[in-house]
Formats: sequence, C-alpha cells, structure tokens
Amino acid sequence: MMPSVGHSTSPAPALTSPPLPSTSRHSSAPMTGHERPFQGAILTPVRWCVIMGSLSVVALILAVVCLQLGTQYIGLGKLISVLSSALLDQPTDNDVLKTTNVILLQVRLPRVFLGFLVGVCLASVGVALQALLRNPLADPYVLGVSSGAALGVAVAVLFGIGTTVLAFSLLPVCGFLGGLVALLVVYRMAATYDRLPIHSVLLAGVILNAIFSALIMFITSIMEPNRSFGMMAWLMGSLTAPAYPALAALSVYLLAGLFLLFKQVRVLNILALGEEPARSLGIDTERAKRVIFLVSALLTGAVVSVSGMIGFIGMIIPHAVRLVIGADHRLLLPASALVGGIFLMVADTMARTFFVPSEVPVGIITALAGGPFFVYLLVWRKDRLV
Amino acid sequence: MRLPVDPMCTADVATGAYSDERHAYDVQGASFCYDKLPGRESRWVLSDVSLHVEAGEILGIVGPNGSGKTSLVKLLAKLAVPQRGTLSLFGGNLADLSREETARTVAFVPQESPPAFSFTVAETVLMGRYPHRRQSRWSLGFGWEDREDCAAAAQAMATMDIGHLASRAVTDLSGGERQRTMIARALAQTPRVLLLDEPTAFLDLQHQLEICSVLRRLTDEQGLTVVIVSHDLNLASQYCDRIVMLKEGSMYSIGTPAEVLSVEALLAVYGCEVLIDPHPESGLPRITLPRQVVPFRS
Repeated sequence: MMPSVGHSTSPAPALTSPPLPSTSRHSSAPMTGHERPFQGAILTPVRWCVIMGSLSVVALILAVVCLQLGTQYIGLGKLISVLSSALLDQPTDNDVLKTTNVILLQVRLPRVFLGFLVGVCLASVGVALQALLRNPLADPYVLGVSSGAALGVAVAVLFGIGTTVLAFSLLPVCGFLGGLVALLVVYRMAATYDRLPIHSVLLAGVILNAIFSALIMFITSIMEPNRSFGMMAWLMGSLTAPAYPALAALSVYLLAGLFLLFKQVRVLNILALGEEPARSLGIDTERAKRVIFLVSALLTGAVVSVSGMIGFIGMIIPHAVRLVIGADHRLLLPASALVGGIFLMVADTMARTFFVPSEVPVGIITALAGGPFFVYLLVWRKDRLV
Repeated sequence: MRLPVDPMCTADVATGAYSDERHAYDVQGASFCYDKLPGRESRWVLSDVSLHVEAGEILGIVGPNGSGKTSLVKLLAKLAVPQRGTLSLFGGNLADLSREETARTVAFVPQESPPAFSFTVAETVLMGRYPHRRQSRWSLGFGWEDREDCAAAAQAMATMDIGHLASRAVTDLSGGERQRTMIARALAQTPRVLLLDEPTAFLDLQHQLEICSVLRRLTDEQGLTVVIVSHDLNLASQYCDRIVMLKEGSMYSIGTPAEVLSVEALLAVYGCEVLIDPHPESGLPRITLPRQVVPFRS
C-alpha cells in the first residue's frame, strides 16, 4: 500500500509507487523528474504548431506560384501590386494592369481558392471515413459516396432544379442526400456482427459505384446533347469557380462542416481502436457515427456539386501524411486537410497549364496519381491493411 | 487507507452513486438476447443470471463456446443492456450511470482484434485517459493530455512492462506486446473494475503467467476488482478467487475453484470426462484431458 500523502505536503512519486485506483483518480499530483515522459512517442502542442505552421507557409507560397502560372505568366511584383490595389480598393487606369487584374481576380484567384477548399474537404472526409470504417483505403470516391452525390446532383439537374435561381443552394443539398444514401448503404452492406471487414467495405463501394454510374449514364443519355456535354465535363471533375458571392456561400458551408469534423478529432482516434473499446471508454459511438456520416456526406455533396468527381485525394493524402507524421488525428486531420488543399491546387494548376490552350479535367490527373498508389497499397503493403 | 479526496470526485459521493463498497457488482436476474424484441424463436443468450462480484477479487467466467461468457462480460461493461433484470455497480444502478462515469470506474479489454492504424504504444495507452479529460468549450475536441494523464499512462505501461515500447507502432508489435498494450490502456483509465475477455488466448506460456500474476498483484495491492473470461480452466483455477460456470446462458455453479471444478460438473457442462487432481504447488484443482474421449457424446 502506498503511504497516504496530501497534495500540498509532498508530491507523489508517481512512477515508483502505484496509486490507489479508487481514490487517486482525480488527484493532480505534480510529477517529479519526468516532465515529458513520452518524448517523441506522442503528439505535443509544440510539434503540432511546428508542423501546421510550416504546412501553412508552404501552402501560401504554392498558392502564390499557382496564381502566377497560366496562359499568361504574371510576375511576382505585378501580382503583389494587383492584389494590394484590389485590397486597398484603388482603381487602376493602366490598361495592361487592368487585363492582369481581370485574369487574376476574376479567373485565377477564385479558382485557386476553390481548388484549395475542395482539396481540404476531400482529404478531411477521407481521414474521417478511414477512422470510422477502420480502413486505410476508405475514400469518398472509392466508397461510392461521390457517385451517390453526383447522382443526386444529376437528378436535380435533370428535373431542372439546377436552372432555377435557387440552384446554388439546392444542388449541394441534393448532393448531400445522394452521398448520405450511398454512405448508409455501404455501411449496412459491409457491417457484419459489429465488424467492418476491409474488403467487404471496398466491395460494397465497388458495387454502389457501378450502380450509380449506370444511373448517371442513363440520366446523361436522356438529356439534350448540349446539356449532356456539360454534364460529362462536370462529371470528369473540373474546377470552375462560381462568382464571388456563391463562392463565399460555399466556403461558409464547407467551413462549418470542417469545424464539426475537427471537433471530433479525439473521438476519431478512439473510434480507430474499434467500436467496442470506444464505447467502453465512454464515447457515444452511435452519435459520433451519425455526426461523422452526416458531415462527410454534407462536405462530399457540396464539393461534388461544384467540382464533379475528383477522386482519390481522400485516400492518398491521409495515407501519405500518416506515414510521415503518425496516426494521431489531432494532427492528422488538419495536416491532411492542408496537404489535400495544396495537392489539388497544384494538380489543378497543372491541369490548366500543361496542355495550353486546352484544359484537362483535374479529376483525370488526381485519378492518374491515385490509382497507381491504390494498387501499390493493395499489392505491396498488404501488411498495413491486415 | 484512503487518499484525501480531490474535490473533483466528490460529485459521486454527494449524489450517492456508489453506496456499496463491498460488492463491485450485484447482478439480479439478468436476461439478455441480441434481438431488440425477444420473440418466440430468438434464444436468450443469458437467462436469469444472478451473482455478486466482491470488491477486490478475481472472478473467472468459464463455460463452453456459446455459453454466454462474452455476453455476460459485456453486460458488466455496459456495452449491452439486459432486457430483464438489474445490474448495480458499487451499489449504484448501472443503467443510471453516465457513459463517462462508467468508463471512469470500469475498464474493458475486448478480445484481440488487429489494429488498423499505426498509433504508437504511448498514444494507444493515453487513449485510456479519455474519460478523465477536462472538458472545456474552447478545447475544440483537441484536449491535450496533461501531466496527470501522462503519469497514469506511464504507470500503466510500467505495470505491464511495455515502457520500452512507447514509441513503437502498435501495428509492428507481437501479439503478446499488443495484448499488454491493450491492458495498459485499460489500466490508464485508473478503473476500480477491470473486465477482460480472453486476455491470454493468443499468448505463449510466459506471457500468460506474467499477465495473470500482474492481475493478482493489482488486486492484492490496490484492491482492483477483476472479472476475466477464459477458456483456460487451469489458468482460471490457479488465479481466480471464484469461478462462475455458465452453461447455455444460465449459471451452472459459482464458487471457489475447488467447489466449481469437479469431474461431475465438467462432464455436465462440457460433456466430456476429464481427470482432476490437486495442483502440486497450490493444491487447487488441476484439469487434465484424458487420452481418449468418445467423440460428440452429450
């Protein structure tokens, strides 16, 4: 038995004598000797700040580079002068600057911003779904959530909801409903006795993808040719930025979803242990699952409604980031979000600059990067998949 | 001997949640089946189980496959709720306790399942501190571990002898190391009751013995109550204070190993004749399988 000591008189030597479980549960005895007992083994706030800080700096630098590149190269000095004059609301009378102004502010800036935001959302949803399904291959695209959302949007467009004034507010909602249905069906199909075998989750996603793709093809084929062409371009995944007010509304919508997801980081950590351990640690797993499913469908639906099917970001990015910084979701989620944003921003810049004057859908680039990575994981890293 | 009670945990005392310090559990007529509405066809996995778990004892739950061992331990962990009957934890009704309050008192180590992500051992053990986290509106779910959390985790890891593995990924561990990590996570919860479902199933002899003697030490020195589901009758006989034997969802017998483990009882419950003699060291019953059995005699 451990001698009875008060907090004030002498600190309990916590590492040498066992505390009484029943009574010392909330004692706040300061540790002596070991100030940081798990050096390097756990995530610390300092490490969090260093990694997130450097990622933010990288994101900022790459954003500037992406703004510079395009059919017309814009020098750094010009870029800064245009941006600062726009910020300070100074009208320019120089004609050259005016053109640059339009290219930069009306075309590139919203597009780079949208690319970043979509990447952030897809990577975050990927992290959340991977933790929830305990499956490092989960991704809104692979699981059929994206195609569910796309089907929702396609149905909405078919019935003309897309052409009304409410288009902007309704398309993400239709996408959300489609994505939610897909997510619930995948979960129900794959869950066997409280467990979610990795391969049955993937199989369920494949089946759903096939069904939804067929339905989307059907809808596309019965549309008028000019609308069906637009539909095909959208489906391949392309970032066409809406006007600023719509972009602002979309950002608010997405940031609210991201905020809800970020509140679940510690719960995600524990859910990754398994559902039963999580419940025995006092987590309301049903509620956590509902929140994560709803937010994932919300974010995927909104993202798909503006950018179509951009695949694999939700799988590659969390996986790569996890290999480098570890599995703790408190860092994994925000770091993956930033890296996902950077990745899509850069991929989209490549998509619009490599084949000037034509443009490649960015979904093709991400799929060409993600598909081989998926194969690599499935074939050579079986040990990681159990 | 009691430490001065921190003001933070007087809430339990004030509400009288825990009034009975002698009985860790009091189970009265618990019946459970997995379907929500028990129909005529659905089988009761557990029917009318009543038992006490004394504070500070090691209680073993044994029985053949499908006899309801795991279901019983899940009822105790509040992972499942019985359709009939009541459970009380230290005198407080288990159904009335909040999830988090239960998690601060009861820790559960499930059957081994492979980890999906490469958390480090230290991170995994620290997850056991979740029910003790300080809740604040501004922490945004991040909730960094404080020194008390680290101290409890370091203590649990020292107890399970995995301190040297702190920065290893759980995906790279051997089965024994992983199981010790899971038990350390449960100990980091600083529970009063530890529930283990087949903790020694995949372990070699040395690790089986180590885990059992650590559990014995924790109950003797710190008054921890341990409930352990086991297939291994010999291990149960040597390390448990009392044993519950289940047969087809109901209690066949409960008592000390010497009372419960008899040739007749094992024939009735398991349907096979075994040899029982006193263990050369402890004198407790030792079960030996016969050389030949008639297959599938009931």
